[in-house]
Amino acid sequence: MKKPINEFKIQFQSKSANEGFARTTVSAFVSQLDPTVEEINDIKTAVSEAVTNCIVHAYPDTVGKIYITVFLYDDGNVKIKVRDTGKGIEDVKKAREPLYTTGGEDRSGLGFSVMESFTDKMYVRSLPGKGTTVTLIKSIEGKPRDNR
Amino acid sequence: MPAKVVCDGEYVTAYLSGEIDHHNAGAVRAIIDTYIMKAKPKKLTIDFGSVSFMDSSGVGLVMGRFKNISDYGGKMEITGLSPHAYKVMTMSGIEKIAVIHRKREEKKNEKAD
Repeated sequence: MKKPINEFKIQFQSKSANEGFARTTVSAFVSQLDPTVEEINDIKTAVSEAVTNCIVHAYPDTVGKIYITVFLYDDGNVKIKVRDTGKGIEDVKKAREPLYTTGGEDRSGLGFSVMESFTDKMYVRSLPGKGTTVTLIKSIEGKPRDNR
Repeated sequence: MPAKVVCDGEYVTAYLSGEIDHHNAGAVRAIIDTYIMKAKPKKLTIDFGSVSFMDSSGVGLVMGRFKNISDYGGKMEITGLSPHAYKVMTMSGIEKIAVIHRKREEKKNEKAD
């Protein structure tokens, strides 16, 4: 991928009150690419899932740090990295299966499925005991725009 | 208030509003479960008409309540889903076991918020 035209980074505590903050902040930044309402909703939802995973799974009994970096590219692509230094995922392949959850009865087990289907590409890198990085890439077609 | 519940004999309707995520779902769940235990409704309707955002926590909320009411043979209906919430909800396949309705008139040109 080419050099990003813009980039931002945030860091916050793994408290559930920050789920709304994270998705709203990321979507506000991505708004620079003039996305449609549907594209913004897709991004908000994918980010919400990634951050919720950090809170519920990476730091189940502690409060840790969550790092989000967003890159915007001039071809309309956006790359979002959500990183934690929590407990990691033993079996990433299993975790990505729809409806699979270790999160108890009121978790749907759809987090990764939602991220995957609401973006164009999802990469998950995880090391047990070290943490997890989820990378989401989405192409923003956006509204029809004039020359930039 | 994350959920307003109207109880009409054996029919209970929960009107949700605002953003349904992992942070907010717990309070909504507690309210609805109180009514399930108290009224044992024949039919539980969960209305998403005033929900501005929903992630898979909304799906977990519905699946969990479905389990609770089907334990005694109750039925469930989901109404007022925006196109986006519908997309999230149907990823679970819940439409095969519960009746779900989208928003009646979703004006195409209107912004979601």
